[in-house]
Amino acid sequence: MFDGIDRSKLFFVAAVFIALALYPSVGGKYGTDLVTKIMILAIFALSLELLVGGTGLVCFGHAAFFGIGAYIAVKLSPEADAASLFWLLPASVLAAALYALAVGSLSLRTKGVYFIMVTLAFAQMAYYVVHDTPLGGGTDGIYLNVKPSVFGPIDLDKPLVFYALTLFWLVAVFGLLAVLARSRFGRALAGIRVNEQRMRATGFSTYPYKLAAFTVSGGIAGLAGFLFAVKDGFVNPELLSWHQSGAVLIMIILGGIGHLRGALIGAFAYTLLQEFFKSEAIFGAFAKHWHLGLGLTIIVSVALLPKGLVGLPAVLKTRLSGSGTRRAEEGAANG
Amino acid sequence: MDLATFLIQCLNALQYGLLLFLVASGLTLIFGIMGVINLAHGSFYMIGAYMAYALAPIVGSTFGGGFFATLAVGLVLSVVFGYLLEWVFYSYLYEREHLQQVLMTYGLILVFEEARSLLVGDDVHGVPVPPALSGAIALSDVQQYPVYRLFISGVCLLLALGMYLVFTRTRLGMTIRAGATNREMVQSLGIDISFLYRVVFAAGVAIAVLAGMIASPVSSVYPGMGQSVLIICFVVVVIGGIGSIRGALLAALLIGFVDTFGKVLLPQAAGVLVYVLMALILLWKPDGLFKAG
Repeated sequence: MFDGIDRSKLFFVAAVFIALALYPSVGGKYGTDLVTKIMILAIFALSLELLVGGTGLVCFGHAAFFGIGAYIAVKLSPEADAASLFWLLPASVLAAALYALAVGSLSLRTKGVYFIMVTLAFAQMAYYVVHDTPLGGGTDGIYLNVKPSVFGPIDLDKPLVFYALTLFWLVAVFGLLAVLARSRFGRALAGIRVNEQRMRATGFSTYPYKLAAFTVSGGIAGLAGFLFAVKDGFVNPELLSWHQSGAVLIMIILGGIGHLRGALIGAFAYTLLQEFFKSEAIFGAFAKHWHLGLGLTIIVSVALLPKGLVGLPAVLKTRLSGSGTRRAEEGAANG
Repeated sequence: MDLATFLIQCLNALQYGLLLFLVASGLTLIFGIMGVINLAHGSFYMIGAYMAYALAPIVGSTFGGGFFATLAVGLVLSVVFGYLLEWVFYSYLYEREHLQQVLMTYGLILVFEEARSLLVGDDVHGVPVPPALSGAIALSDVQQYPVYRLFISGVCLLLALGMYLVFTRTRLGMTIRAGATNREMVQSLGIDISFLYRVVFAAGVAIAVLAGMIASPVSSVYPGMGQSVLIICFVVVVIGGIGSIRGALLAALLIGFVDTFGKVLLPQAAGVLVYVLMALILLWKPDGLFKAG
């Protein structure tokens, strides 16, 4: 994430966003819907990347913020009327951020694996509140009857309009996090990730920085949850389950921790791999066992790509040139 | 709640807690000694339960034996399986970052689940209680307690005692503890640390498989059973303090009692109680109850 402005990376990211903007003209209805979903997951993955890659805090309960954003969007919408996007979206983000503030203020007392498990515990609490109390509508979930209104002729029911809205937020979040990473705040977070003790010794009170990162990250996850709820018009407790927290963590690890574009690549790679192995056109009856292909691909990617998919070009370069200094070059390319 | 019901719930809590301890002990060993976050550990429990189901007819026709012969065959297979697994997949993970280990072992979960689906199918199965242990002890005029559940608790207690003795009283236990503290130092003293790790890993797998096998007659055998046990076991490991066998035992019993009595006394909040307990304990003691050392 904290790479300086590098031409090739800038070019890569710009190319991805331009391709995404042009995609609906070639992708059909199904493709547009799928890419909308992936972009929402990419926003979710970016929010976690701020914590894991940016600050070195591994959160295993991020689905709670995602789910809260989604549930607030549905619960605050009137039964038969459209709510305005202009207050519904901030409300969802704010609710998720507030929950993140509360969870963060307590769980940041712990470190490492203990932190992972405390964040899981708080996510499970939110899950059971949604799952078992009348607040959340139980296992079946709740429907969003009318999608929020924007203004004038903009109608979120139209897939293309919603695609554009999602892409806008993806670019905005990516931009925000890229700027944040290069700010004083981002540098402080990077310092905490590398050596918190030393940061404290140089006079930084690290706790407020970590808490701020946690809250911002929770808010962005809430934004992704909001978009997810509006896209499908439906929420259920599975959005808050630990499987969801695990999946988003797997996405950013697969893509490559420590790079914003890793979260982007990871979200696409993970979802597309799923779609690929699930495809009956390619695998026929075996598509039912799509987990096997996904699992093996993940294992192979760990074995060959220690830096995630982001490290692929560097690995290919050294493989092709066949030099024995692979390790050093990899370090230099990703350092 | 009368006395007999209370007693039954206590025994259930004890049995559940001890079973959790068996699975969690392997997890905490692999975690504390080798520093590997092994998400696939729950799968070993699942594999054990499916072995108890699928091996029984095969073992029955070759050795003519019943449940205990299946148990023995399963144990031997699991040690071999664990040994090979460590060799092929885990041995190069030690120097990797924790998150790479998470990714790799997540991939293994998917592979194990699908392999299970391909080999045995996705149906829920029951495993019969061995006839020798199918009796029940009367606690009052109407209530009784199955002998098999007492057998589970007994096996778990014996294994816990065995583990304690191996760790504190034998040379092997001493080298393992030394290896956990400083890998390079032990290696330079001429001990084959990779072999030692492989043995510890195989033992951890075997214990989880055994737990799955002996639990199968009471819990039934179903897809996804490994993942639910995995999360609870991580809770146990973390509450107890990573790498601490003693802590894992205490935490497992604590969770056994909280979960069992929670389901009886506060059924609407039963699911969340365990997590509330974990959050409270970690906020009070951020390194778990017993820090390994």
